Order: sequence, then structure tokens, then C-alpha cells
Amino acid sequence: MTPNLLEPAKAALLIFVAAILQVTIFNEIDILGGYPDVVLLTLVAIALLRGSIYGAACGFFAGLLVDTATLSTLGVTSLLLTIAGYWIGRYGETTGRDRLHAPFVSVAVATVLVQIGALILHYMLGDDVSARTVLLGALPAKVGLNLLLTLPVYALTRRVLAIASPPATATEVRLLGQ
Amino acid sequence: MLLSLVLITIYFREPAPRSRPAGLSSRSSTAVKRRVVAGVLVLLSLVLITIYFREPANGGLHGVQSAGATVLRPFEVAANRVASPFRDAYGWFSGLVHAKDENADLRAKLDRLRAQVIQNSTAATENADLKRQLDYQQSPEFPKDFNPVNAEVIGRLPSEFDQQVTIAAGSSRAIRVDDAVITADGLVGKISHVGGHQAQVMLLTDPDMKVAALDLDAQSAGLVGHGEGPGTLTLDRVRKSAVVNPGDSIVTQGFKLGPLSSIYPANIPIGYVSGASLSEVDLFWQVQLSPSVHFDSLRSVIVLVPKKRGR
Repeated sequence: MTPNLLEPAKAALLIFVAAILQVTIFNEIDILGGYPDVVLLTLVAIALLRGSIYGAACGFFAGLLVDTATLSTLGVTSLLLTIAGYWIGRYGETTGRDRLHAPFVSVAVATVLVQIGALILHYMLGDDVSARTVLLGALPAKVGLNLLLTLPVYALTRRVLAIASPPATATEVRLLGQ
Repeated sequence: MLLSLVLITIYFREPAPRSRPAGLSSRSSTAVKRRVVAGVLVLLSLVLITIYFREPANGGLHGVQSAGATVLRPFEVAANRVASPFRDAYGWFSGLVHAKDENADLRAKLDRLRAQVIQNSTAATENADLKRQLDYQQSPEFPKDFNPVNAEVIGRLPSEFDQQVTIAAGSSRAIRVDDAVITADGLVGKISHVGGHQAQVMLLTDPDMKVAALDLDAQSAGLVGHGEGPGTLTLDRVRKSAVVNPGDSIVTQGFKLGPLSSIYPANIPIGYVSGASLSEVDLFWQVQLSPSVHFDSLRSVIVLVPKKRGR
């Protein structure tokens, strides 16, 4: 496999494993009313490391897998994760990539917005949803659990995608104009 | 939640994207490319949602999804098998954490169920009592000149001075003082006080109670009154010439002398002879009785209202 195809394959494999783990294991872990979303965590990591196109494509693929495995309405999770992946990817491409807090900020924001988006989308599709349960019952725990898992998932994704560590921080600086 | 708000604030307060030098065609083509990709994927998602909703359950997209789920199934099974020990361990610890709360819940539930069992048992006993009373009222043994008024026992005042109970029926149901009170087992007593919707019953074991009675087997008359011990009765004024044997049935005499008549109808069971003694100096038999009615466990009674009084 050429290096150009290896990278998308690795990203796809990561998303596939995350989706399988999500629907089989993590969806059943109920802690304080919420459960961790490793698909979103993996997507955020890939989008931050690889940019908006990767983010959007992986989001679409992840949503398709999750909807297929859970026999949910096809396209709903894809739509949400495509937008989330693209947005986080843009954040990584512009301001966030080199910042240490970028994964945490991205995960928290993506979790909240995806949850709100899912609530609105399901409401528009006529599903019986309770905003109180989704936003007050499950969301705080979900954000907390996602933040706890951010670092290991980000590190693992980074290692799999074989991204070189950022260059060591400069120990000396030269003031401009001198 | 607070943490989320803080992080969202950081996100939106980040500096704007770094400006790029204008005129770089590769940059702009990348921007167009990523917008096209994102737009196409969003559009594709919307198309998927639309088709999924509009097609029947056996439509093409549903079939593809079903096939996809079948393909994913082995991976899910494998993941489940790998995760099973960890899930069991998590369940075990989670069970320990929740065990205390669960224990309290189960104890509360047990208490509720125990109370319910007691209520059911009480209701069953009450039901049996009421059925017996109804059977008795419809039997030929029930006194013909009286209307039955069924009443629940709502209060008890049995003491060494008074042996009385309160019932939930009064003058509104044509009950008057001195009306006889019975159960399916036998004579209970008589009405001593009447209110609008409740009345007081003087039990047969009250020191002030006297009832003209008859030994059904020996046909010897006497007067039933309270005994020496609590809840016991005696049959007094039985002539020495009469024959009294243990086990004889004692019933109300129900005499009638001209315009006067006993307030108790005849042949209402009172009790059984439990012991009888006679000494040479005594004028009458000393007869001890076991009451037919269990005065300690009265739940409901029948007040006999004479038919001529009406309601």
C-alpha cells in the first residue's frame, strides 16, 4: 500500500474499531447517566491531526458505521459527525493544532454541540426525545467522561497515524528587531 | 456543565484564523476542495435521511443497512467476547456500589409487601366473617320477626368495669336501645347507647348483663351472667331438680308474658356448659359456660331490629 493510501486506511481502521467498540461496549457503560463517546473522541483526534477533509470524511464514515450497526436512521449520525469533523478540522488547521488544550477544548465543544444537534435532529424527525434527559441528565456526565478519555485516545490516534511529535519548545528566543 | 461552558468560551475566544497571503492558488484550491467535500458529504447525509424515511421498510437502503449490519455482526460478537470479562468485572464492582441502595430499596419493598400481606389476610378473614353472617341471615335459624342491620365494630372498651364495643350504625338505621346484637356464632349483647351513626353494645360478659337462657338438652331455664374470670359466663338460677351436663347447649329463652316479651329472640346460641357443680346447701346449680362468641375478636355484628318498628 502506498503511503498516500496508507494514511486514509489507518484513519478508517481507527474509526471502524472505535465504532465497533462504541456500539458493543461503551454504549452500555452508564456512569452518572452518561456514557463516553469514543467515536467522537477518535474523530476529534483525526480531525485535529489531519484537517477538515479528513475530519468530514471520517465523520461521515463513522456515522454510517454507527447507524448501520445500531440499525438507526441512516444519515443522522453521519450528518452530525461530518459537520463536527469538518469544524474541528478547520480549528486544527487554523488555530488549535499546536495548542496543548486543543483536544480538550475540541472534545468538550464537539460533545455539547453534537448532543444538541442530535436532540434537534431527532426532534425534527419526530422522535420522542426529552431535552431534560439529554441535556441535563446525560450531557454533563458525557462531557466529563469524554474529557477523561481525551488524552489516551488522542495519543493512540497520534501514534497510529504516525505523526511526529511537535518540535521541542525553543529554549532561547530572539526578539524581533534586534 | 460549568467546565463545558468554560471550554466553549475558550473555543470561541481563540484568535481568528491566521491570515494567509492572498493570491496563492494552491491555498484557494484547497479551500474550495475541502468545502466541496464537506458540502457533498452533508448533502449525501441529507439524501440518506430522506430516502431512508421515504422508502418502505423493505426498501433498498434498508436492505443495504441490513446487509451492512450483518457484515458488522461478527466484529461486534468478537468485541463482545473480548470485552465480556471486563464487562463482568465492571458489573461486579458496579453491583457492589449499588448494593447498599438496592438493599435499602428491597427492605422497603419487603416492608410494604408484609403490610400488604397483613391487609390481605385481614380482608380475607373479614370476608369469611361477613359471608358467614350473610349465610346465617338467609338461613331458617335467623329470627323471623327481625330485620338484620350489619355493622362494623369500630371501637372497643373492654375493661374490668365495662365490657362494651362501639359499632358503626345508629339511630339512622332504626337501631334503638336494648336491641339484641348477635353474630353468626351466637348472642353478643344488647345496645346500651345509640347515636346518629354509631351505637354502643353491652357485651354478654358485662357485669350488668343478664339474659334468660335455656339448656337446650335438659330444657332447664336459668339466667346467664358474667363469670368469675374475664370472658367467661355462668348460668344461674337453675333449679336443683334440673339436670345439667357438661357440653349442653345454652340458648336464649325468648319468653313471652302477655304484652311483655324478652328483648332477645328465642334459640340464639349463647354457649356450652363447660362445668357444673352442686352442693347440698346450694339452692341452684353452679354452671360455668364457654361462650359461643369470641368477644375479643369481634369485627362485625348483626343488630336485630324488630320488623314492626320498621326503618
